[in-house]
Amino acid sequence: MILLTQYTLLFASVLLLVALGGCFSERSGVINIGLEGIMVVGALGGALMMKFLPAELGAPVMIAATILASALAGLLFSLLLAVASINFKADQTITGTAMNMLATAAATVAVKAMNTAASGGSDVSSDIIYTRAREAFIVRFGNFEFNWFMVVALVALLVSWVMLYKVRFGLRLRACGEHPQAADSVGINVYRMRYAGVLISGVLGGLGGIVYITAGVSSWKFENGVAGFGFLALAVMIFGQWKPFRIALAALLFGFFRALGNVYTGFDLLSSLNLPSNVYNMLPYIISLVVLALTSKNSLAPKAEGIPYDKGSR
Amino acid sequence: MKKKHSSILRLEGVQTLLASLLCILGGLLAGFIVLLLIEPSGAWEAITSVLQSFFRYPSAKLQLKYFGQTLTRTAPLIMCSLSVLFAYKVGLFNIGVAGQYVAGACAALYFGLALRMPWWVCMIAAMLSGALLGALSGALKTYRNVNVVISGIMLNWIALYVTNMILSMDGLKNPMSPYTMQLRGVNPGALIPQMGLNTLFGNEKSVTIAIPIAVIMALIVWFMLNKTRFGYELKATGYNYHAARYCGMKENRNIIVTMMLSGALAGMGAALLYLTGIEEWETTISSVPAMGFNGIAVAFLGGLSPIGSILAAYFIQHITMGGGNVDLSVYCAQISSLISSLIIFLCAFVAFFKLAIQNHLRRREEACAAKAVKGGEDA
Repeated sequence: MILLTQYTLLFASVLLLVALGGCFSERSGVINIGLEGIMVVGALGGALMMKFLPAELGAPVMIAATILASALAGLLFSLLLAVASINFKADQTITGTAMNMLATAAATVAVKAMNTAASGGSDVSSDIIYTRAREAFIVRFGNFEFNWFMVVALVALLVSWVMLYKVRFGLRLRACGEHPQAADSVGINVYRMRYAGVLISGVLGGLGGIVYITAGVSSWKFENGVAGFGFLALAVMIFGQWKPFRIALAALLFGFFRALGNVYTGFDLLSSLNLPSNVYNMLPYIISLVVLALTSKNSLAPKAEGIPYDKGSR
Repeated sequence: MKKKHSSILRLEGVQTLLASLLCILGGLLAGFIVLLLIEPSGAWEAITSVLQSFFRYPSAKLQLKYFGQTLTRTAPLIMCSLSVLFAYKVGLFNIGVAGQYVAGACAALYFGLALRMPWWVCMIAAMLSGALLGALSGALKTYRNVNVVISGIMLNWIALYVTNMILSMDGLKNPMSPYTMQLRGVNPGALIPQMGLNTLFGNEKSVTIAIPIAVIMALIVWFMLNKTRFGYELKATGYNYHAARYCGMKENRNIIVTMMLSGALAGMGAALLYLTGIEEWETTISSVPAMGFNGIAVAFLGGLSPIGSILAAYFIQHITMGGGNVDLSVYCAQISSLISSLIIFLCAFVAFFKLAIQNHLRRREEACAAKAVKGGEDA
C-alpha cells in the first residue's frame, strides 16, 4: 500500500509536470506532440548531470543542478518546435512527431558514443547509471520514500495556476490561443507569446523526463525513450480540460493506474487473478482512451491551437 | 530560354522533388556533423558506408542477396507510407499506423502459426485487423470527438501489448527465445510465394511477390485518389469538412472509411514483412516497432504521392540497412535513424520552401513584366 502510494505520487508528478507543459504550449496556440521527445532530452540532460557531478557536493546542490540541467535541455530542444511552427509556420503535428523520433535517436547515438569512447569500445550500451546521485532526491520516512520531485511538481502546479490566471502574462497567453488576431489587434506580440508557451512547455517537459527516469530505477536505457509517457501526459491534459487543477486530479488518476503496473504483485487479490503483466502495462492507455471518449465531446480546447499565426490572414 | 527554365520550376512535382532532395541533403549533412563530433577521423568513411549500404559487400552475389533483403523490407515501408498519405489526403494524421501495423503482424502470425492458414488468408486477416483498429480511431473521432493523433497513439501501445500477449501463447512462441516460431518450419504454406523472383537476387529466400504487390498497391492508391469519385470525395472532405457536408457528401462516413482503409494498408504492410519469413516477432519488445513511424517519414519525404513513396521508402530502407555498416567500435547503427528523423524534421519545412520558390518566381515575373513595360516605353 505504501509502495502504491509512493509510485502513484511519483508517476502523477511526472504526468502533472509534462501535462502542465502541454497546457502552456496549447494555451498559446501550439500543439506540442513533441512532449515525448522533450522528456527524453530533458532526462538525458539531467542524467548526464547526475552522472558527472561529484556526489560530495551534497544533496541541495545536486538537486538544483539536476533540475537546472534537465530544464535547460528541454528548453533548448523545444526551440526546434518553436522555430519551425512559429517562424516557419510548419505543420505542428509533423514537427512534433519528428522531434519524438529525433530525440530518441539522438539520445541513443549520444549515450552510445559516450559509453563507447569511455570504455574503449567494449561497452556499446545506451545506459546511464546514476545510483548514488539518485539518493540525493530521496528522504525516507519508514518504508515511504519521499522524493523531492513531488515538491517540484506541486510548486509547478501552483506557479502555473498563478501564471495562467492571476497575472497579465497568462491572460495574454490564453488570448493568443483563443483568437490571435484579436490579441494582435490590442498590441500583444503573438509570436513572442507563443515562443513563451512552447519554451515553458520545454522546461516542464524536460523536468518531467528526469522525474520519470529516476522514479523507480537507478539507470536508464535511452534506446527505449520514455515509453509513451509524453503522450499519456497529453491525454491527462485533455482530460484535465487545459486547467491546472483538473490536470492535477487527472494526473493522480492516471498515475495510480500506471503505479498499479509496478506493484500489483504485492497485492494478494491482484496477483491471485494471475493476469499477465501485459494487461497492467496497457491499462493506463485503455483507461485514457475510454476517458477521452467520454469527455472529449464538450472539449474546451483553445480555439486557435494548431493553426500557425499569419499576420496577413483574417 | 529563361521562360522554359521557370516553367520547370513551376511544376508542382519538380518543386516537391527539389524540396525532398534538399531535406535528404540536410539530413545527411547534419548526420555527418554528428559523426564528426563523435570521432572525426572515421566520419567520412562512416557516412559513405551508410550511403553505400549493400554495395560494400565483396561479391556480386552477396550484394544481390542484400539488395533483395532491402527490397523485402522496403515493401512494408511502402505500405505504411501509403497508409499515412492516404489518411493525410483526408486531413487526418494517422500516427496510429504503427499500431495498425502491429495488429496486422499479430493477425498474420496468428493465422499462420496457430490456425495454419495459407498466406493469402493470413494477409487478409492482417488487413482486417489493421482496418479494425483504424476504424476504431475514425469512429472515436466522428462520434466522440477524440483527436485521431491521441487515440492513434493510445491504440499503438494497446496493440503492442495485446500482440505480445497473443503471440507469446504456447505453440506460437519459440520456447528457447523471445521470438515467435519460424513460419518456414511450422507452416510453409503461410509464406508468400516467390514465383522465381528469388533467383534474380542470388537465391535470397526472403524475396517474394510481396515486393511487386506493394508497388501495385501504390498504383492502386494513386488511381483511387486521383481518378475515382470516391477519392475525390475523400479529398474534398479533407480540404473543407463543412463544404463537403454542404455538397451532400457523407463526411462522417468518409472519415471512418478512410481510417479503415488506411489501417488495412498498414496491416497488409506487416503481412508483407512477416509472411516472407525474413524475421520473427519479438514477444518481449517494449517499444512500438519503428516501421510505422518510418512510414510517416517516407510519406512526407515522398511528397505525399504514392509514386514518391516508393522511391522514398527505398531510400530510407537503404540507409537503414547501411547503418549496420559503420564501425561499431566507434559509432552506432542508430546513426541511420538519426538521419531519417532529421529528414522528416526538415520535411516539415517543405511547405515553407515551396512558398519561397513560388514567391521568388512571382517576384521575378513581376520584375520581368516591369522591364517589358519599361522597354515598351523606350521603343
